[in-house]
Amino acid sequence: MHLSNEQIKRYSRQILLPQIGEEGQIKILSAKVCIIGAGGLGSALGYYLSAAGVGKICIVDNDIVELSNLQRQISHNTHRLGELKVLSAKKTFEALNPDINVIPEKVRLCKDNILTLFENYDIICDCSDNFETRFLINDSCIILNKPLITGAVSQFEGQLAVIIPGESPCYRCLFESPPPLEFQASMQELGVIGFLPGVIGSLQAGEVIKLITGAGEILKGELLIYNALKQSFKKLKIPKNPNCTACGNKK
Amino acid sequence: MRLIVNGETYETMKADTIQGLLDELGISSVKVAVEVNLNIIKKSDYSNYKLKDGDRIEIVNFVGGG
Repeated sequence: MHLSNEQIKRYSRQILLPQIGEEGQIKILSAKVCIIGAGGLGSALGYYLSAAGVGKICIVDNDIVELSNLQRQISHNTHRLGELKVLSAKKTFEALNPDINVIPEKVRLCKDNILTLFENYDIICDCSDNFETRFLINDSCIILNKPLITGAVSQFEGQLAVIIPGESPCYRCLFESPPPLEFQASMQELGVIGFLPGVIGSLQAGEVIKLITGAGEILKGELLIYNALKQSFKKLKIPKNPNCTACGNKK
Repeated sequence: MRLIVNGETYETMKADTIQGLLDELGISSVKVAVEVNLNIIKKSDYSNYKLKDGDRIEIVNFVGGG
């Protein structure tokens, strides 16, 4: 694969970086990334991956754009109210960068469809909004041996973790199982400040680009916790649980 | 007993287990994961896990929004 003159111009600011270069850019253009959730996190993450030139981006969501989404879900807009989020996001991202191919998947992930879907992608990004899906995604990435970049936000707190099956602890090593449903329902009502998914989704994009190009160090074995009220970041070491029901039998 | 809770010194009133500490702090155990001295503690052990002076405890919120 060779970069066209237009591509060299479009991506010049990152090609200039010795950790990326033309070789890294070619890897980015060939990468296949799956994003679960076209909400706040998925909007920011999808935007930056599209701008960077990630060649194939799948977006999974079965919701439509609602007015209360627009305070933070920046890949959608007022004219798209009532549209499927995956189609709205596809329009936004492909308008930003015609080099890329956005594949909309209007489905709700479940154990019957998740493995077939994930098989086609190199990197999985969890931008979902419920714990059942988060645990399902974690367990599926362990089964398929796919790297998982997981982001989460609520109120003024954001979390980021990268799970490399066989190397790092997984989501279940930290959180054994989903919290009770009544607690989950009450969480939806807690609210979230609009820029927060922008921060965490952008950090997810950073980890994706680093994984694709091999630049720098991946956040591994640690949970990054962002407190927007204190404007502080904290990294918490997560030990691998040898008895973890998802990753415990891997080395 | 003096503990380090989320990086800050905390003097317990009477708590000597994880469950006792969470109760004292008014935190529901279903909303968090708890790490003591870099070990994640199983929820089923919260009531019988005895804390010691100087233990470093991290209480991690369940955050699940997207």
